[in-house]
Amino acid sequence: MSKVLESGVPAGTEQGQVGRAVKRLESQAKVTGRAEYIHNLEVPGMLHAKVVRSTIAHARIRGIDTQEAKELPGVYDVITGEDILKVIPDPYYGPAFHDQPILALDKVRHVGEPVAVVLATDVHVADRATDLVEIDYEELEPLFHEVESAKSETTFVHDVIRPAGTFADLKTLQPRAKTNVSMEYHLRNGDLDAAFAKADRVFEHTFRSQQVSHLPLEPIVTLAQLTDTGNLLIHTASQSPSFVRIEVARLLGWPENKVRVRTAYLGGGFGAKLYIKLEALVAALALITQRPVRLSLTMEEQFYTITRHAATVTIRTGVTNDGRIVARDCKTWWNGGAYADIGPRVTQKSGFTAAGPYDIEAVSLDSYAVYTNLPPAGALRGFGIPQLVWAYESQADIIARELGIDPLEFRRKNILRNGRPHATGTVMEDVGTVEVLEELARKMRWDEPFDHGSGPIRRGRGLAIGIKAAVSPTTSVAFVNLYSDGSCGVYCGTVDMGQGSDTAMAQIAADVLGLEAESVRVIHPDTEVTPYDMATLGSRSTFHMGNAVRLAAEDAKRQMVALCAEQTGFAPEALAVQDGGVAAPDGSFFTYGDILARRFGMQAGNVLGVGSYFPYYKKPDATTGMSDHITPYWMVGGSGVEVEVDTETGKVRIVRLVTVGDCGKAINPGIVKRQLSGASFMQMGFTLFEEMVFDEGQVVNASMADYKIPGFWDLPEQNEVSIVEVPHRNGPFGAKGIGETGSLGLSPAVANAVYDAVGVRIYETPLTPERVLRALREQQGRVWGDA
Amino acid sequence: MAELQTIRFRLNGRPVELAVQPYETLVEALRRGFQMYSVRESCGQGLCGCCTVNVDGRAVSGCLYLAVLVDGCDVQTVEGLGTLNQLSPVQEAFVECEGFQCGFCTPGMIMMATQLLQENPDPTDEEIKHYMSGNLCRCAAYPEIIAAVHRAAEKLRAQTAAGNTPATAIMAQR
Ligand code: FES
Ligand code: FES
Repeated sequence: MSKVLESGVPAGTEQGQVGRAVKRLESQAKVTGRAEYIHNLEVPGMLHAKVVRSTIAHARIRGIDTQEAKELPGVYDVITGEDILKVIPDPYYGPAFHDQPILALDKVRHVGEPVAVVLATDVHVADRATDLVEIDYEELEPLFHEVESAKSETTFVHDVIRPAGTFADLKTLQPRAKTNVSMEYHLRNGDLDAAFAKADRVFEHTFRSQQVSHLPLEPIVTLAQLTDTGNLLIHTASQSPSFVRIEVARLLGWPENKVRVRTAYLGGGFGAKLYIKLEALVAALALITQRPVRLSLTMEEQFYTITRHAATVTIRTGVTNDGRIVARDCKTWWNGGAYADIGPRVTQKSGFTAAGPYDIEAVSLDSYAVYTNLPPAGALRGFGIPQLVWAYESQADIIARELGIDPLEFRRKNILRNGRPHATGTVMEDVGTVEVLEELARKMRWDEPFDHGSGPIRRGRGLAIGIKAAVSPTTSVAFVNLYSDGSCGVYCGTVDMGQGSDTAMAQIAADVLGLEAESVRVIHPDTEVTPYDMATLGSRSTFHMGNAVRLAAEDAKRQMVALCAEQTGFAPEALAVQDGGVAAPDGSFFTYGDILARRFGMQAGNVLGVGSYFPYYKKPDATTGMSDHITPYWMVGGSGVEVEVDTETGKVRIVRLVTVGDCGKAINPGIVKRQLSGASFMQMGFTLFEEMVFDEGQVVNASMADYKIPGFWDLPEQNEVSIVEVPHRNGPFGAKGIGETGSLGLSPAVANAVYDAVGVRIYETPLTPERVLRALREQQGRVWGDA
Repeated sequence: MAELQTIRFRLNGRPVELAVQPYETLVEALRRGFQMYSVRESCGQGLCGCCTVNVDGRAVSGCLYLAVLVDGCDVQTVEGLGTLNQLSPVQEAFVECEGFQCGFCTPGMIMMATQLLQENPDPTDEEIKHYMSGNLCRCAAYPEIIAAVHRAAEKLRAQTAAGNTPATAIMAQR
């Protein structure tokens, strides 16, 4: 049973906490400037670290001269990779591959790679001293483009590629050498040749997406210190505290219980603060100096630390004249930069969705994670999916128009429905493909005539939908603690980076326990007190942690009811939980505090509920890439735009933006809506103007002056968001993730609208005025040379 | 090391003094000397507005403004607008309209919106966009921020109608 939520209409549960428009729990903290960010943390005796970075994209290090820097008054020390080896003999880290040295050893692989660190009590002194460190390089040939690098037989970014074995789905990876392809994923479903033979028309196109930057406004920051007993305490703006602990402990050869990692609110994350960023380095510095060390990146340094994958996608699709897609063959090369980060997972997880939300007889997909000499690429709001949707939804429009079929009709004809197998072999269940597409059509008023305008400004409209599989397998654990007075604390490792998870988790616990969501306290991630959580990424928290919190709250509830049953003599089934207590059939009512007081003879004790959630998953078959349980749930997002294209300047203006997402069940409708619209605007930047520009591996626009992100003026005049609810059988209250859904379809929707307006097709993002104007000139037979 | 210079100024209404380096920015001085953590450096180049503070009635980018320049001035930060229990009308409006996600840009947005409403008690969407265009929000809470500014304008007009001066209406009512 699905439905479309009209915005602002609460659709409550029995207890009324889930589905209610609860204001963010931290609202007051944020508007008064009191909200805690690691950015604000300083501790006595702290040293500031400043990083000396490589200026060369690919080189051997012949020598590092730190003498002059060490002599600068106020400098505490200058640390190089050799010093790190003394505390961490094997200093290579990373979530998918152990390929990234804490500080460069013998080689640098991208401009901006950390080579040395200056430490000083005055951050300005540290900064000045970085200029005094001399590095002698022997330059090597650099590789920048993913396709070239994948084919290179002479130049290699890494001599040996070492898989980490961290993730169950990547366990089988073998070390390799003499290649820049760190990992590849292949899917073979059906008889491709036979299917292509059935096709009346075959279309082949190549699409490209550019490198972009996450650019959270709170810069990436970590502070590490030794405790009194010599253990490590790491305060870090991280989306994955549990992972940081495991990885730092592994590097040191320590048990996990000697490493404590905590975080606070994040001033944005978007994937930039995932896995390990600064933590291994700062932990090593704290160990070497035995002093607290803080490292906070500048905006410029963020550009060199993590990016979104550029990707080249070549997609070949066979269709019948009546508009059925029968065969698809898609090859994707992901520009992973110099270190794999989570790229291999992007390669696989996104790789298998390249068939799109369509029902296709035969599918062949190849996805390659490629090393280059650019800054490392990781996950950015969509885990690679927007780059694929860019390709398959642009092509969907091309095909529809060539066949003379309306683009919406073409999608309707091919849409993958519940009960049908996805290209991976996983049967679709509770997926909102049809619902999202239909809601998008309705919102766009697609069946109504559309005025394309005349004169230099032309108008067009376009739509696109995309599908994403939740990253799997992953685990979340939560505790729900009812304190002696009956008030409630939720202990979970989900990091609230603006997506409103604290509020959502409070609502879930409150709904189970019959409390007001506002009265529930959510304890922020601290591995000392909060249990394991894989990470806050990939729109997984509402589903995974939401389930863990729900289970923990149910466990606590069961214990409370059992205690009350013991105390009153009623059967547990006769007791009902409501209003922060337990009601008995005789009309008596006991608050949780009453029940504990009766149990312990005074205000004392706790009831601790534990919940742990690990959805069933089957990893893809090694040869076919198929699995009948590839993901616990799917996310479907649709975007529609109306644009104005200035044919004299090439400028594209989005005048109307429609974003539709299936969230299963909106735990908090307002927050869901804003997640959708926020993702959509962010993707608008990636679609129209954001682009990291490189010159010999150097980012020439590594500042907010030259790298523009969407601002007030970029807001479309009309902006509409629509929530579709197709409840998931395993989701907490039916909910699925929503954080990335708004980003999936936007780029192709814009390109499709541009085509609709002026008849030119753009194959590469961003759709800058220059690119659009060049295409317009080409259309008129006036080709421009390169400037 | 250059010589420290002692500056005296009013911070959120109270007289303060601090010895600062000649190159120290207002962001650094306010955080180091007074733990004003609402003032945040993000871009460090005067481009994002996260560090917006008010100096003598004028919003400035604290990341570019040298601390020595506030000697003898009146400096206001979000901490001076309202408290947890007693929010200013603009802060209240940001809560009601959910004009933030991660909240990192929020103090800067609130400072800027506060100044806008003192100059223009009933701004249009266009005027809000124009005035606030130097403040960026990576979470892109822009529609909610615009709604919050309108809501705050209503609140302030109600207060001035009730006899409060614009200068007092903008602060939390104690
Ligand atoms: S930090 Fe001052 S404007 Fe960005
Ligand atoms: S709320 Fe996150 S940057 Fe504005």
